[in-house]
Amino acid sequence: MEYTEQLPKAEQPPRTSTGSDATRAPTERQRPLLEVRGVWKRFGGLVANHDVSLDVPAGRITGLIGPNGSGKTTLFNAIAGHHPIDEGSIRFEGREISRLRTARIARLGIIRTFQQTRVYRGMTCVQNMQISVPQAHETLASMLHRPTAASTERADELLEFTGLYGKRFMPAGELSFGQQKLLEFAMALMSEPRLLLLDEPTAGINPVLINGLVDRLRRANAELGITLFVIEHNMRVIMNLASHIYCMAHGEMLAEGAPEEIRNDPRVIEAYLGGR
Amino acid sequence: MSRSGRSALLLVPIAALGIAAPFLLPTIVTQLAFLWLMILFAVTWDVNGGQMGYNSFGNVLFFGVGVYACAVIQRDSGLGYYTALFLGTGAGAVCAALAALVLGPPLLGIRGHYFAIATLGLSIVAADIASAWEYIGAASGIALPVYPGAIEGRARFFYYLLFALAALTWLAARALYRTRLGLAMNAIRDNEDKAEAMGVHTTRCKVFAWSVAAFFLGAAGGPVGNLVGFVDPRDLAFAGATFGVWMVLMAVLGGRGTLWGPVIGAVIFHVTQEVFWTYLLGWQRVAMGLLIVVIVVFFPTGILGWVSRVRRRGDAAQASSA
Repeated sequence: MEYTEQLPKAEQPPRTSTGSDATRAPTERQRPLLEVRGVWKRFGGLVANHDVSLDVPAGRITGLIGPNGSGKTTLFNAIAGHHPIDEGSIRFEGREISRLRTARIARLGIIRTFQQTRVYRGMTCVQNMQISVPQAHETLASMLHRPTAASTERADELLEFTGLYGKRFMPAGELSFGQQKLLEFAMALMSEPRLLLLDEPTAGINPVLINGLVDRLRRANAELGITLFVIEHNMRVIMNLASHIYCMAHGEMLAEGAPEEIRNDPRVIEAYLGGR
Repeated sequence: MSRSGRSALLLVPIAALGIAAPFLLPTIVTQLAFLWLMILFAVTWDVNGGQMGYNSFGNVLFFGVGVYACAVIQRDSGLGYYTALFLGTGAGAVCAALAALVLGPPLLGIRGHYFAIATLGLSIVAADIASAWEYIGAASGIALPVYPGAIEGRARFFYYLLFALAALTWLAARALYRTRLGLAMNAIRDNEDKAEAMGVHTTRCKVFAWSVAAFFLGAAGGPVGNLVGFVDPRDLAFAGATFGVWMVLMAVLGGRGTLWGPVIGAVIFHVTQEVFWTYLLGWQRVAMGLLIVVIVVFFPTGILGWVSRVRRRGDAAQASSA
């Protein structure tokens, strides 16, 4: 699968257009877009997140890996405001968001996709896209208008980009799992996020289509300037995609570094292979 | 032709029929007036139940608020009959919408079946309060002023009033569903967690939609109270076991979440009910109960849902034979 056409930008480009990694000097230090500091989350006796800290720098693709049950999705849920954290701090653009509610956090520009995809099943693909416009400035009065022509056009562009244009009038519930995943990704792009949290974007997708998806993720980052924070189980994918990777195990942050370092880190290998 | 174009074309004969009906069927004008009320009930119920996935068994509360608000204004305002009636109808609509604005935030935070159960209590509580509150006549209700015009014109007058209200309600619902708020309502129905994760102002949308439904239900209260001539708290205003349940049934029968489904459901339901009353007197409730069972078992997605399924099967057969 090849997508050679240029991904058109939204009419109002996202506020951070830091571009791809290559354009920025590696020495340049700036405040990370997302700062997670000392986050604890317990479910009864189970400690799902144990003093977790990490940074997601603006404009880059950061990876989060770890064996099943290591607390990755719990951390995503905490960042996106699905549950309160017990201790610690989560800052987005310097602003504490760990006490805010889900919808509020989304309106600040953090959008997440779900491991088990979530789309509006009874609505057509186009409608799914139309209701995914940025909500930050929507008021009750503005919502009493029809979807704008510009948003419908943008929806068509992004459906084209994800290869769903031919199915745009189909109810989302009738798409295959992989297609729903693509739709969810397109919806996330539609909302023009600053930070996109992707929970296993390639899980359940036909291996033949994975390269196309990885290409699209990279282009969303490079061309639209969206910062990506990706949970991924497919090692080949995450090593290719991310510039910096965090690895969790048993709720704790085990290691971090460039893909090369993570690949060769004995602690990571042990966590995955179960050690002795 | 586009779908909306076709649907607009349907409106002309329906409007003509609505205007001509009292002259074509002069003996059953009151029943026809109630037909429009049933359509209004089903369409307003579907705003929440069908389009937003919040199944309310308490919407009759808003109707009752409208009935009483209008009756009180007619009793106490000292204005002329028509002025008081129209003022009361407007006040009923506003009071009902306000009730939804107050009840909405706490109740619409409850999801799924629990919302349905919580709203089930609304009409019961309201009926009990109305039956005990002296200011609004308590259990003996309120008798409404006598219609000042010619007696033959009375039913026709209220018929046109309810026809206009039902038409207005349907047009308002159609306009609402085409907005971004309409899309948000559908999104809430399909996956409210996702809608929240995408930043949709879910509470605001839900409360507003419920208030719109309440507004039109409240507006219908005044004319219906006057058509009946007497406000009884349990049998008319807060008739949860009849009106309250019928609203749900009619929308489900016709096809929830569609624009025409509730209308079709209301027509079939009301006509069937009148026929049962006429020909199966004594057994009419049994027949109605059986009809409800048949609806739920054989038409779980309603008539329109069934039609679109049959049509899609036809398309598929055509496609495979081509």
